[in-house]
Amino acid sequence: MLIIECPYCGRRDQSEFSNGGEAHVKRPDGSSEISDREWSEYVFVRSNTKGIFYERWVHSHGCRKWFNCVRDTSTDEILKTYRIDDTRPKLKDFKNLVDTPSGEPELGSGNFTVKK
Amino acid sequence: MAKNAFNGNKDWPKMWRSPEPREFYDAIIIGGGGHGLGTAYYLAKEHGLKNIAVIEKGWLGGGNTGRNTTIIRSNYLWDDSAHLYEHSLKLWENLSSDLNYNVMFSQRGVMNLAHNEHDIKEIKRRISANNLNGIDSLWLSKEEIQKKVPIMNTDNLRYPVLGASYQPRGGTARHDAIAWGFAMRADEMGVDIIQNCEALQIKTKNGKIEGVETSKGFIRANKVGVVASGHSSVLAETAGIRLPLQSKPLQALVSEPIKPIIDTVVMSSAVHAYVSQSDKGELVIGAGTDSYNSFTQRGGFDIIEETIRAMVELYPVFGKMKMLRQWGGIVDICPDASPIISKSDIEGLFFNCGWGTGGFKATPGSANVFAHTIAKNEPHQINAAFSLERFVSGKLVDEHGAAAVAH
Repeated sequence: MLIIECPYCGRRDQSEFSNGGEAHVKRPDGSSEISDREWSEYVFVRSNTKGIFYERWVHSHGCRKWFNCVRDTSTDEILKTYRIDDTRPKLKDFKNLVDTPSGEPELGSGNFTVKK
Repeated sequence: MAKNAFNGNKDWPKMWRSPEPREFYDAIIIGGGGHGLGTAYYLAKEHGLKNIAVIEKGWLGGGNTGRNTTIIRSNYLWDDSAHLYEHSLKLWENLSSDLNYNVMFSQRGVMNLAHNEHDIKEIKRRISANNLNGIDSLWLSKEEIQKKVPIMNTDNLRYPVLGASYQPRGGTARHDAIAWGFAMRADEMGVDIIQNCEALQIKTKNGKIEGVETSKGFIRANKVGVVASGHSSVLAETAGIRLPLQSKPLQALVSEPIKPIIDTVVMSSAVHAYVSQSDKGELVIGAGTDSYNSFTQRGGFDIIEETIRAMVELYPVFGKMKMLRQWGGIVDICPDASPIISKSDIEGLFFNCGWGTGGFKATPGSANVFAHTIAKNEPHQINAAFSLERFVSGKLVDEHGAAAVAH
């Protein structure tokens, strides 16, 4: 269970929040011209990063505001939360703990079948 | 056995070889779980392919095959899914003799509880759809449920039990046995099973598959099948393919072993608790998925709390039991809660993933039709509807209702 820092209310229990999936997804322009494949990409496909992941949360049982979050999905560590109008933090600001696409971090993974 | 006990169990015969990878294979399967090993088995057995490898980053069946609650049923709503899961259930029924290895398939029946008016309508509709597809499925009244599961509290709880669907042919099986059975028989037919070999990159050239870069070097291949559950989309990304999947931890837990108390499988999506009793006597309890993407194979405590709350309400007699173990597996969930068994835009690259929270029941069926898809370069009629194309055409197979874990 996570402790999430709402940029408006401070540190709160995860049960107050709802997850909104990947952040910074842009709706494509020219909706009448674009192909079915491009639509499909926008409607159904989201990044499923193992490692540093940009995502959205909403403080449903608090201030009810949406905000963005950078979390390491290989350890669940929350690295940064920021307001929607803040600039997006750069990927290189964070340390990626996973060396290979499906590798495991030294700490924070429950996958003991491949841990060294 | 006594001899082996004295020398530290070192001299038992191996159930399969552990060869070093060759330079080239006709087909490489990435992922040594039930679905992957089964695919190799059916490729060798039914399609005559001999030069096959299964590569696995950990040990066989160490992923979701060894982490699920082993429930088997085929009572899905839509025709496409009903055919797929029923195909699988029929294979389960003969699997022990087919593999000459006991997979401990036990047809103890599966019950899906209804807790409100909407559940009743939804479940009765599903029963009718099942019957039209020739699948055994029937409605149980509250009294019939009480007779089958006397320990269930049907009335004195927030969401009372009003009835249930029941599939008598459903049940459970031994999770390790399916991986080991497929592995042994595939190995006998010459399939190379390579453990501790992590796939690092899927290499392609001009829209065709070249091979797989692994932790044991580059292996060339004509065909590659990705059956890596939660990590399928991560591997697809290395070939430049974005799959419509999101990976989340799904948790389960087992109790201390007790005497036989529940002889069927009871599932409830509404209050989210499902339970069966293993042959060892442990209650096997399935919890839900976390709301956020994660690869940690643990899951949040709030999810367990929610499931335990429902369990104790439904079965007050379990209130003082101790839980022995809890674990999480990473499931890959499609937007329509149905799997992907499909070719891809890259020639020779195939995907079998997106099984979400209910892949175990489909293991033999999925492997069987996926082997067909790889061998013939086109889908079997059973898995034609489960192509990647459906996310472009919009012809989804929406099984949110029949999926056990609401997501």
